[in-house]
Amino acid sequence: MKTFKRGGIHPKENKISSAYPIEVIPPPAIVYIPLSQHAGMPAIPVVNKNDKVKTGQLIAKAQGFISADIHSSVSGIVTNIQDIADAAGYLKKAIIIKTEGDEWLENIERGNTLVKNISLSQTEIIEKIKDSGIVGLGGAAFPTHIKLTPPKGKIAEILIINGAECEPYLTSDHRLMIEKGDEIMVGITILLKALNVEKAIIGIEANKQDAINILTSISEKYENIEVHTLKVKYPQGSEKQLIKALTGREVPSQKLPVDVGCVVQNIGTTFAVYEAVQKNKPLIERVVTVSGSSIKKPSNFLVRIGTPVSFLIEKAGGLPENTGKIISGGTMMGKSFLNIEMPVVKGMSGVTVLDEKETLRMKALNCIRCGKCVKVCPMGLAPYLLATISEHSGFEKAEKEKIMDCMECGSCSYICPSGRPLLDYIRVGKIKTGEIIRKRN
Amino acid sequence: MTYLTISGSPHIHGEHSVKKIMWEVVIALLPAMLVSFYFFGINAIIVTTTAVISCVVFEYLLYRFFFNKNEVTITDGSAIITGILLAFNLPSSIPVWMVVLGSAVAIGVAKMPYGGLGKNIFNPALVGRVFLLISFPVEMTTWALPVHNTSGIVDVISGPTALGTIREGMMNGQSVTKIMENIPSYQNMFLGNMGGSLGEVSALALLIGGLFLLFRKNISWYIPASFLLTVFLFTGILWEINPDIYADPVFHLLAGGLMLGAIFMATDPVTSPMTHAGMLVFGVGCGLLTVLIRVWGSYPEGVSFAILIMNALVPLLNILFKPKLFGEKIKNG
Repeated sequence: MKTFKRGGIHPKENKISSAYPIEVIPPPAIVYIPLSQHAGMPAIPVVNKNDKVKTGQLIAKAQGFISADIHSSVSGIVTNIQDIADAAGYLKKAIIIKTEGDEWLENIERGNTLVKNISLSQTEIIEKIKDSGIVGLGGAAFPTHIKLTPPKGKIAEILIINGAECEPYLTSDHRLMIEKGDEIMVGITILLKALNVEKAIIGIEANKQDAINILTSISEKYENIEVHTLKVKYPQGSEKQLIKALTGREVPSQKLPVDVGCVVQNIGTTFAVYEAVQKNKPLIERVVTVSGSSIKKPSNFLVRIGTPVSFLIEKAGGLPENTGKIISGGTMMGKSFLNIEMPVVKGMSGVTVLDEKETLRMKALNCIRCGKCVKVCPMGLAPYLLATISEHSGFEKAEKEKIMDCMECGSCSYICPSGRPLLDYIRVGKIKTGEIIRKRN
Repeated sequence: MTYLTISGSPHIHGEHSVKKIMWEVVIALLPAMLVSFYFFGINAIIVTTTAVISCVVFEYLLYRFFFNKNEVTITDGSAIITGILLAFNLPSSIPVWMVVLGSAVAIGVAKMPYGGLGKNIFNPALVGRVFLLISFPVEMTTWALPVHNTSGIVDVISGPTALGTIREGMMNGQSVTKIMENIPSYQNMFLGNMGGSLGEVSALALLIGGLFLLFRKNISWYIPASFLLTVFLFTGILWEINPDIYADPVFHLLAGGLMLGAIFMATDPVTSPMTHAGMLVFGVGCGLLTVLIRVWGSYPEGVSFAILIMNALVPLLNILFKPKLFGEKIKNG
C-alpha cells in the first residue's frame, strides 16, 4: 500500500457516520450566505435588499484574480446584506435571504440521469467552472478555475483526485464516492479535458474499502483513470503528502503541485464540477458530515450553502447536553465555532461536536526533548524549535528554520507527551514571520 | 446556554504523556531490579529503596521550598527513575548515607537547578554516580559477590568486576587470555551472575526491558544500536590486532555497565539528541569514548563518563543535525 514516507500520525479514525447515506436537507427558513467563502478577495453583491432571487441565481460577483462567484442557494427575498461573524470570529459581510418556496433557475437540470457526453470545449469548461463559483471543497476553498489554469511555462502531467479523507470523523467524500461514483468519473474526465492531461489517479485510504471497490470497478471502463489504495495515515489528504504517496514526487518548499507536474482536486470538488458542467448547476449545496461521540444521529447531509449549523445539529438529533466544542471540519485541522448559528460555507466538509471531557487540554509541561514532534512532522521541520523561537519572538530565525513550510496539520501538538501547544506557538510565529516577509518585499 | 470552548487545532491529543512514558520506563527497569534483588539480596533492596525515596523527597523539598511552587511534579515518575538508575550504578555494599548523598547530588545539582525535568543537560543519575565514584573510590569499587546459593547474608566479600579483573591482571603483567580464565563464563555474565553494580550485571534482564521500551516506542533503536555496535567493532578490531593485550568484543558487550548505559542511560530523551542522525552520532561517540576509557584510561569502566561527555555535546548535535526538509530533493520522474 502506498503512503508518504516522512512523519505522520494515526489518530483514532472515528468515522462513525460512514454507514449513513447522504440525506437531502430541505432549505431552511433563512440562509446567511457570506461573501467571503473562498481564498482571496470577497465577492461583490449584485443584488440589493428586498430583491427577489431564484435558487442558483448569481448574487455576488468575483472581485480580483483570486476570488469566486456566489449564487443563491434558495429562492426568496434578500432581507439584508450585513456583517456576521465567521468561523474565526471576524465580522464578514453576508447576504441574508428569507426562503420562499424553492424555485430554481430554469436552465439548471435537476434530474439524476447520468450525462456522460462532454459537449463543452477546454476553455468553455474552465469558464463554466468559474461561473459556477466552484472552489476546493476539501477545506482550503481555493478557486478551482485558477488551479485548472497553470501559470505560463508550467505543464500539468497528472491529475490527482483526493479521496484520502484522512481527517477523523469526516465521511462526506466517502459517501460521495459510494453514491456518486459514475458522476465522479465523468467529473474526472471533464477535469482531464480542462487540464489537457492524459492520466488521473484517485488516492483513497484503506479504511474506505467499499469506496475503493466501487470506484475500481467503474474505472475499468476508463483507461486513463487509476484507483490506488493508500495506507491510513494523517495528513495524507494534504496536497504535498498525497502527491508524494501516489507519485513519489516532492513539491519543494514554497512551490506549487504543478511545479512537479501535478494538479490535485478533491472528490467533492470533482462532483461539483460534474454538476456544473453537465447539469448547469452552480455550487449552491454540498455534503456536510455531522458527527461526534454524543451526537444521536451521525449523518451526512446534502445541504444548501448558508444553512445555519444549528439547523443541521437539530436534524442530527439535537445538541448534546455535555457539548464542549463545535468544530467546522474534523478534529485535526478544523476551526472551533463561536456559536452554532454559523452558516454552512463552501469549504465546510463537516461539523464535529466534542464533549466537555474531550475538549479539555492537558496541562502543558516542560519539553522533555523526546523528539517525537520532529519524528511526526510531515514537512521535515523541527516543531519544538519553531515553537520555542516563536515563543521568544525570534521571527527572523523562524524564517530560516522554514516556519512558513508548516501547513498546520497539528501532528506535533497531537503527539507531544508534555501536552505543549506547539502549533499554537507556530501559528503565531507564521503570522509574524509572514508580516516580516511581506514588509521586506 | 452551553458555553463553547474556542481554541486552535488540533482538537484531540494522542495517548502519550510524560507520566505514561516515565512509568513505562519504571516497568522496563523491573526485570533488572528483580535480578539485582535475587543476586545481591537484602542489600540491593535497601540501596534501591533508599535511592528512590531520597530522590523523590529531595525533588519534593526543592520544588516546595526552593522554587516555592505548590504544584509538585514528583508524580511524573522521573525522580523515581533517577533513584532506580542511581541505585543500579552502585555496589550493593555501599553505606546507606552515601546513597542519600548521591541522590542529593543527582536531584539537587544535576536536575533541579536547571529547572527540573526536561531542562537538565546531564543525566542526573550518572552525575550522582560519578560524584560518588570520585569522592569515595574505595566504597564505590568494593563489589559484593552475588549472594545467591550462599548463606544469604551479605558480608562484604570483595569480588572485583570483570573489567577490574582484567585491569588488575594486566598491571601484573599477565596476558588477557590468561586473565580470562578467572572471569565468569559468558553465560553467567549474560544472566547476571557476576560482581558489579546492582543493575548492570544481567544483560538479559536489561535487554528485556529495552525491548519493552522499543515496542512501546519510548526509545528508538538508533542510540542503543550505534552505541553497542561501535563498542563491538572497535574492541573487535583491537582484539584482531592483538588478542594478548585486548579482550574480545563479546566480553566488552557483556562486561560493566555497557548494556545499562546503552539501553537506559544514553536513551534518556532529555539528554540525548532530537533527530535520528544526531542520535546515531551520539551513540557512536558514546561507544568510542567508552572503549578509549576502558582500554587506555585510568578507570576500568568508561560508560558513565562517555555518556556524560556526549550529553554535553547534545545542544551542538541538535544544531548540526536538523531533520531533512520535505521537498529538498526534487525528484521529477
